[in-house]
Amino acid sequence: MPSILSISGVSKTYATGFTALKEVNLDIQRGEIFALLGPNGAGKTTLISIVCGIVNRSSGTVTVDGHDINKDYRAARSLIGLVPQELTIDAFESVWATVSYSRGLFGKPANPAFVEKVLRDLSLWDKKDAKAITLSGGMKRRLMIAKALSHEPRILFLDEPTAGVDVELRQDMWEMVRRLREDGVTIILTTHYIEEAEAMADRVGVINRGEIILVENKAELMRKLGRKRLVLELRNPLTAMPEALSRYALELSADGGQLTYTYDNQAERPGVASLIRDLEASGIQFRDIDTQNSSLEEIFVNLVRRDA
Amino acid sequence: MNLRAVWAIYRMEMARAFRTVLQSIVSPVISTSLYFVVFGSAIGSRITEIDGISYGAFIVPGLIMLSLLTQSISNASFAIYFPKFVGSIYELLSAPVSYLEIVIAYVGGAATKSIILGLIILATASLFVPLTILHPFWMVAFLVLTAVTFSLFGFIIGIWAKSFEQLQLVPLLIITPLTFLGGSFYSINMLPGIWKTITLFNPVVYLISGFRWSFYGKSDVSVGISLGMTLVFLAVCIAIVAWIFRTGYRLRN
Repeated sequence: MPSILSISGVSKTYATGFTALKEVNLDIQRGEIFALLGPNGAGKTTLISIVCGIVNRSSGTVTVDGHDINKDYRAARSLIGLVPQELTIDAFESVWATVSYSRGLFGKPANPAFVEKVLRDLSLWDKKDAKAITLSGGMKRRLMIAKALSHEPRILFLDEPTAGVDVELRQDMWEMVRRLREDGVTIILTTHYIEEAEAMADRVGVINRGEIILVENKAELMRKLGRKRLVLELRNPLTAMPEALSRYALELSADGGQLTYTYDNQAERPGVASLIRDLEASGIQFRDIDTQNSSLEEIFVNLVRRDA
Repeated sequence: MNLRAVWAIYRMEMARAFRTVLQSIVSPVISTSLYFVVFGSAIGSRITEIDGISYGAFIVPGLIMLSLLTQSISNASFAIYFPKFVGSIYELLSAPVSYLEIVIAYVGGAATKSIILGLIILATASLFVPLTILHPFWMVAFLVLTAVTFSLFGFIIGIWAKSFEQLQLVPLLIITPLTFLGGSFYSINMLPGIWKTITLFNPVVYLISGFRWSFYGKSDVSVGISLGMTLVFLAVCIAIVAWIFRTGYRLRN
């Protein structure tokens, strides 16, 4: 699949001397949902801001659908919609006026029918004449999205889209993102809510301390880096770990009633069968058994820790 | 050129003026009328005429210029500072808009508002004193040039300012005193020698003098010099704005 966004060797050092990005290379495929994960201060917002033209990069090149963001900034920027992390709206403008303004700013002719559709899709139509200052936090967030969608972008950046929003709105946003993807819009979202990436993303990138440390298909990432846990509920609690089981990475719960074995599910010999045999040989009986895949969150934490 | 973007910004700025009509239009008209009544009545009763012009009519161009300068700066500086303050500047910076288009839209909006205000003050003044405009073309030319120049200056202040205090600093501490000392209410020929020379370093003198000439054909300094000084200040402002956008000064990190 061809790239719609290509970031090559991009670095950013601020005037204070702080280096926010180090030689970042990233290609975003057309029509995908890409989640950029990273802890606070990792460089996510700086990277987005460079692509959108808000921050000047120190070096490197960025092209949007083949258009250089500097030499051909009009073509590049007109393809991009940005929903920033902060709720930054002119509080005294009406919903209708501010969305229409955004459309005009991006050079699109007035299209009341389209603006109405965007507002209806985001459940803002009833508030079209309300001033932004009177909207709730969730509505303001939706208004930011409406402004970003007003010029029919082909790439949508969502910077921490669900920070501070309730569960219902979060679900609505995920639904909206999926609908946009069906319409062919490429979505790039930054988040530190791993569940968001896990639920929506096709691919995941992890950025830490200004460097992209991993870009991977989400399912593949979870398969490759996923750890699995085998949890055994013991019939009789143990007071201490038997010597015969010391070669396994086992954890005994505080009450002695549960043994947890964590293993690499990609390993040639994960050790599950031998563990069961050794348990039987040691006379340890269990009444229940459960296996759990590690979540993207655990994978992320492990990656960032490894990189630290 | 992204004319739709220019129009969108311009329309937004004009809508703000109409939304805040009390602050934008009514308040300056009232305060100018008060200047006119107080200065015109109090001083006008002692100074009947200057250069053959009745005192009431003499101060009209200065009063218009006073409002034009302060409102041009205030409109333009607030227009660009406010999005910086609330953070909505991101949208402007990420839009397919050139620097020139941004300046045309914001400065055009601010200048339009102050020109409308100047014309309203002119109409208000005509209710108090009989007015003649000997050179209407030059009157409009000075009006437009001054409004554009000081809107550019306000735009620079709005980008430079990091707080509302800084936003008010230049208009309050520099522009208002310069306007009062620039011959708004008197002819600089009435000043003693040394003060007259010092006053000639005040750029506002040339604006008021030229503008007054367009009304009555009388000026403190030659109209050519007035026009030249206005154009020089315009060129300086354009150069600073060009530098701001080239470097991204206080706009792009």
